[in-house]
Amino acid sequence: MAEVNTGGGGEQKKGQPQKLNLRVDFTPMVDMNMLLITFFMFCTTLSKPQTMDIVMPTKDTDLTEEDKNQVKASKAITLILGEDDKIYYYMGEPNYSDYTSLKETTYGAGGLRDILLERNRDAVAEMRTLKIDRAKKKITEEQFKEKSSEIRNKKDGQVVVIKPTNSASYKNLVDALDEMQICSIGKYAIVEMADGDNYLVQNYQSKGALSAETGGR
Amino acid sequence: MSKVKPKKQETFIDMTAMSDVTVLLLTFFMLTANFVPKEPVQVMTPASVSEVKIPEYDVMTILIDPKGQVYMNLDRPEDKRKVLESVGEQYGVKFTPKQITSFINQTHIGMPIGRMQAFLDLPLDEQDALMKQFGIPTDTIISANNQLAVWVRTAKEVNENLSIAIKADQSTPYTLVKNVMSTLQDLKENRYSLITTLKAMPEGF
Repeated sequence: MAEVNTGGGGEQKKGQPQKLNLRVDFTPMVDMNMLLITFFMFCTTLSKPQTMDIVMPTKDTDLTEEDKNQVKASKAITLILGEDDKIYYYMGEPNYSDYTSLKETTYGAGGLRDILLERNRDAVAEMRTLKIDRAKKKITEEQFKEKSSEIRNKKDGQVVVIKPTNSASYKNLVDALDEMQICSIGKYAIVEMADGDNYLVQNYQSKGALSAETGGR
Repeated sequence: MSKVKPKKQETFIDMTAMSDVTVLLLTFFMLTANFVPKEPVQVMTPASVSEVKIPEYDVMTILIDPKGQVYMNLDRPEDKRKVLESVGEQYGVKFTPKQITSFINQTHIGMPIGRMQAFLDLPLDEQDALMKQFGIPTDTIISANNQLAVWVRTAKEVNENLSIAIKADQSTPYTLVKNVMSTLQDLKENRYSLITTLKAMPEGF
């Protein structure tokens, strides 16, 4: 394969310098490199995985109700992540007697995102201008981080309570958390389902049969 | 007809340039890539718009597969050795140096402690097959049987800079993830990250 051709060969005129044609065949070298490249492409990851940081509340039981942050009912929205990629939500305080107070929506654009955007319009608009500023290099990366956390954690901003049911999947939870990122919501919490929430969902699914039975109590 | 002698064509392509390109590519791949760690179970992580990267060092990964089996991994071999010794002490199990080496070579921790010794005596490929059937026993409450809590607590004692990352399959039911999360909460580990794949931010945000 690899040939080092010495030109001519055979009878050489004496006294004349030998004309050497040094040509190395690189084909095997290319073959081997290609093989190595394929190997590296299959066996490695180019980018490191992304992560989503979450902070959970401590499980301290000695906190009284007053110690916990009281959320303004008008600014709260509760999402119940149900089975089969369904989301139920209600604004503010739950209304146990009226099953229509609980509404159903879907993940992503058109469903959950529209609702959150509607409720959090100011912060989203502010974030958008901030991002444009960053893209135009008007503000530094640090300023951006500082300001975006300021916007997210505004005093009377939108608060979202996420309650995953046992039939929800992990993807549902991540999708819901993702919407918080997209809609610039800084205050959200993952909370366990309470009995009242289970009742709400069952009442909704039976179209108010439960609340009719108990006479709205 | 006159016989025309076909001209002898020289079919020699110069591969030097091609070789240059491939070597360049190869160098690029070698420098940028990091190897996919071998995992006992295949996990498809959900997508998210979050762009936070996982820290370079001192990461403890907790792997949850759709059936609820839990595995754990530490990135520093030195930590792994200390953790194994310390956990062994707590359960009254003594490991031989050979078993410890085997433990470090095995990428993930995923065995009930009672079976650990016999497991570590097996060759590596048999270990992989066996580990798929087990996983670290977990419980919703801190008890003698919640070995995940013991592993996590010990790992934190050995290296307090460890950050915790949860890697779960997207189809994992929430109850299984909740088990792990509440175990971490019981240990007062409130900050952790969920490993996701990158998804593009929707237009206009």
